[in-house]
Order: sequence, then C-alpha cells, then structure tokens
Amino acid sequence: MPKPQKSASDSLLLQADVLVLGGGPSAAWAAVAAAEASAKVVLADKGYLGTSGATAPSNTGTWCVPPGDNRHAVVERRWQRTGDLADPRWMLRCVDTAYRNLLRLSEWGYPFPSEDDGRLYIANLRGPDYMRFMRRRVLLAGVTVLDHHPALELLSDGDAIVGAAGVARQIGQDWRVDANAVVLATGGCAFRERILGATGLTGDGYLMAAEAGASLSGMEFTGKYTLAPYGSSLNKGLPFRWASFHREDGSPIVGPTGEPLRNGIGDREEEVARALIDGPVYARLDQAEPALQGWLRQGQPNCFVPYDRAGIDPFSELFRITLRAEGTVRGTGGIDIVSDDCATGVPGLYVAGDAASREIMTGAVSGGGAVNSSWALASGWWAGKGASTHAKRRTGKAFRTEVQSLGQAGLRPASSPRVDISAGEVIEAVRSEVTPLDKNFFRTGEGLEKSGERLESVWRDVRDHLQGDGLDRVRTREAASIAAAGRWSVAAALHRTESRGMHRRTDLPGKSPAFAHRLVITGVDAFRIAGAPERLAELAS
Amino acid sequence: MIEIVSATRCVECDICVKVCPANVFDATESGVPVIARQEDCQTCFLCEIYCPTDALYVAEFAEGPTGITEAQADARQLFGSYARALGWKRGKAGGSEFDPTHRIRVAQ
Repeated sequence: MPKPQKSASDSLLLQADVLVLGGGPSAAWAAVAAAEASAKVVLADKGYLGTSGATAPSNTGTWCVPPGDNRHAVVERRWQRTGDLADPRWMLRCVDTAYRNLLRLSEWGYPFPSEDDGRLYIANLRGPDYMRFMRRRVLLAGVTVLDHHPALELLSDGDAIVGAAGVARQIGQDWRVDANAVVLATGGCAFRERILGATGLTGDGYLMAAEAGASLSGMEFTGKYTLAPYGSSLNKGLPFRWASFHREDGSPIVGPTGEPLRNGIGDREEEVARALIDGPVYARLDQAEPALQGWLRQGQPNCFVPYDRAGIDPFSELFRITLRAEGTVRGTGGIDIVSDDCATGVPGLYVAGDAASREIMTGAVSGGGAVNSSWALASGWWAGKGASTHAKRRTGKAFRTEVQSLGQAGLRPASSPRVDISAGEVIEAVRSEVTPLDKNFFRTGEGLEKSGERLESVWRDVRDHLQGDGLDRVRTREAASIAAAGRWSVAAALHRTESRGMHRRTDLPGKSPAFAHRLVITGVDAFRIAGAPERLAELAS
Repeated sequence: MIEIVSATRCVECDICVKVCPANVFDATESGVPVIARQEDCQTCFLCEIYCPTDALYVAEFAEGPTGITEAQADARQLFGSYARALGWKRGKAGGSEFDPTHRIRVAQ
C-alpha cells in the first residue's frame, strides 16, 4: 500500500535567503557557494540530489585547463570550433572557476584516480561517485535538501522573484519556499527521449523563467544526437570512437573520403544519421585494441551494461545502434544570462548548468560532456554567489502580502480544462516534430514550417485546456514545458536561415555572415526573436 | 527499465524509493517496495548500485519491459553486476580512484 497522502491544505512552508531548484551538479555547486556566503539555503529537487540529472548516471570528462600561458591558446583553439557564437571571455572565466572547483573537490577528498607519476587526474568525474559526494558536501554546508519536491512555478512580489511553489510528490503535500533569490538549476530539455537522466530533464526551468520575463537563447541548437545501442538509454559516444558501421546488408558505411567509417563520433555522426534514415544500422567496436578494450570496460562500465545484459560481445559481434536525440541537454539552448553572476535580468532570478544557455561557452556546437560539466562547476558557483549577494541586499524587507503565482500553461489554463488533452499525448505530439532525424538532425525550411504549425496547434491546446490536479500537476507542467521548448526551438530554427554547427539546414547549407550572432527569444505565448545586439541595446536602455 | 525487485534479497530498507530520481518505486507497509511507475524509469541503473543487497535488476531495454525473470537474471549472475563493475559494494561508493578513463582520453 502507498503511504497515506496528506491533504493539499496541509502544506509545507519554508523561508530561505536562497532557494536552489534542481538536483544535478550545478544545483549542488550553487547551494554550496550560497551557503559558503552565509546564506540560508534550501535546495528543492524533482528527484533525488545525488541521482538526478544527466551527470549522475554518466562518467564525464571536464574541460580542465590549468592556469598558465597556454590557457588563452587552448580557449582560442576551442573558440574556433564554436561557429563564431561563443564568447572567449566567458570561456576563460569558466575554465578558471571550474579548475578552482576541481581543486576544491580534491581538497575535500573526492577520490580522483592517479596518473602513472602519482599525480591526481582531476579532469574526469565519475557521475555516481561525484554526485553522491556532492550531496554530502551540500548537507555538510548546512543546506536544507528537499528531495522529490518538484517545483511547479515561481512566485513574484511584482518587482522580484520571491520564491517558488510545488508539490512533495512522495507525500502528496504542496510546498512553498519564500526566498530572497532563486537559482534555476533544473537542467535542459531532453524531450522525454529515453536517455540517461532524461526523466527529470523536461525544461521546467525554461517555462518558469520565461513566465517571469526572462529570455532564452540558442534554442535552435537542438540538433545534437549521440549513438547508443538500439533501445538502450546509453547515449555515450566514446566507445564508438573505435567502431565500424554497417547497413542491414552488411555493407560498410563510408565517410566523406569514401573510406569505411572507423570513428562514429563528432562530425561523423552525420554519415550514421543519413544511414539511419534509410534503415537499420549495426556497429562493432572492432577498432579498439585489447588494452583499450580493458580500459573502456573498466573506465566506462555503464556503456557495457546493455551489451552484457543482452549477451553481446561488442568488440567482436555486430549490434544494432541508434542515434538518441538530446534536445538542449547536449544542445546549447537555455535561459539567457545577462551578467557575470548568472543573473537572468529578472530581479532575484539566477540560472546555472544546462538550464542556462551555453551558447556563450560553446556557440553552435555541442559542449559534449566536458564543456557542460565545467560549465556546471563554474556557473553553479557564480549563480550561488550572485543569488546570495542579491538576497543580502534584500534582507530586512518583509515579504509583501501580495505574492503572485506565475505559473500558467499546464497549471492554470487560459480557457476551460479538457480531460481529452493529456500530458502524455502532448509530449508524443512534440516528440514527433523535434526528435526524428529527418526533421531535426537534417532540417529544411519547409519541414520546419510544418512542424511549427503543428506545434502551434499543440501549444494552443496546452495553453487553453491542459490542467492536472494534485500530483498530476507535475505531469501537466512537464508537458507544458516540453511543448514550450519544442515550439521555441522550431521557431528559432526557422528564423536562422543558414546552417551553423548542429543547426543543419539542407536547403541552406553554409554559414551566413548575417547570422553571426545569437538569437534571443522573449515571451511565452506571444514571443519575439531578436538578434543578441538588439537585445543588449534593449537591456542598456 | 526496472523489472525485478527480488523479495528473497530485499531487506525492505526502502533506499530505492528514496534515491530513484524518477520516483518509480512505492514503499509498502507490509513488505518489499513495488515498481509503481515502471514507465517513468530512465534506465540509469543507479537504484541497483544504491541497493545494499543487490536486490534490484534493471534490464538493458529502455523502451519497455523485456519480461526477464528473477531466476534468469540470477542464473546469469546479473544481480549487482553493475555495482561490481564500478567497485561499489553494499550500496556504498567505491572504485573511482581506479578509473582508467584518462588512458582512453589519451588514446582518443
């Protein structure tokens, strides 16, 4: 029997200086940073701090660049690959803060592996161990952690964000945290693809931020897919660096030079994507030498769970593969940052990790695991500090009696609720526009127009009629967030009439100088898209 | 996705109920936790490694249940196999200091 549920009126009310929403690495770092600045911190996560998010089930490299003369050169080389959209100043300050926090992890006693000369190797973080370790650091810092407390909406006093409200899903009780600042560290939007960490990554933060008046950027860059054994959740490309690829009839898939592909990651995903649109594709990790096979097995044990459980030897046998859509998780879109402390432009609202746009870090190309991991280490830190500074400035101000609940779509429909519109169907309808390879990996103006029309129709139903009660509000709100993210993504992709990085317009190949800037989206129901320079002028005025 | 909670191994600690990021399990008053929302499972295998008695089994297929039985998983020694590969034991973390991933990065 499930535990008895408390009535909704019996709700939990807490007060904090800083409220962090999310349970992945950037949430943990934000909470630690704010607590170190003497803020009273509450962290509320949809899942469990330690297992939530894309990092915990993974083994991720970091973008680890030690200080020194070489650092500028490393950043410059990486910038060259970002499609002209990243900002070298942000990249430099990110590697600096991320490096400091990796050293902090080592000082705290995180069990890093050693290199042959005995030095610690701090450029890699094993997800389950790292996030379990971070949970302990968050608790040691005195943070109040609320697991299984999904947030449903932000609260505003008319001038600033003053907290958030949600539901404690394991006890059926509503919660509200009044706070002087809120950090959104809710992760990206994986459009409910069955990839590691994706159950919780439904873009909730994007919708909450946009309802509060924040902008988004880089939403068109959702064309990143990663190889996985067919039907599995293992969207980890690394082992496919040493693979061959074959069609159903056994013929090899060839690269741009006409030679059979021996490496399926990075730009070569394009050949695999083309073959997958035609029919089933099979791979074999036959380019890995025996020593490497051992390191792969021991170093990336999660990648081998699907093979071992299916009874396949991936080094000698062919197995079927797929490309998993990764939305904004390995894409770059998210909430636009307007200042160095990861503020959103909405007073009291800060953003960190994949909830934030990573366009300033990695432009039009995927940050993969490494850049995104360092970004979580750095942006979490900045957002936590920024939020605690804002909270201190507000200390002493009594909470106003007039607190507005900002949640709209999926919570408070504009028209009468309809039971025939379900969260599950909404998500399926969005998925069918934003995940198929022939619509979203390879894009055309015509295809995007059609997807845009369908998503407008889905959005109207969501906006006007989708509503849940009790715990179902979590599902309807997730569906509304996914619908909003899909609609923004397709609209931005239509607006960017060129190809750049992971935005591949087969009808418009090549970069256009007219689009060497970021696209910023503002608004939920009626939204506008502006180039980043226009947006900056607007903020200055 | 999650398919088996082994009643013979489970000690009813309800850690899986607490740590599952997708809230797949429900605790029960009279016994082992139940898989209440299997469809929400993200096939991350983390419940397995947090389980102190290797009582959980997550099959490799993420899109739906495979129907594997406890006897089949047991015969193939699959219970706790991911925890062993990582170096986690009885629900406690371990083994990250032996991670050879830096050698893979050099080869890459």
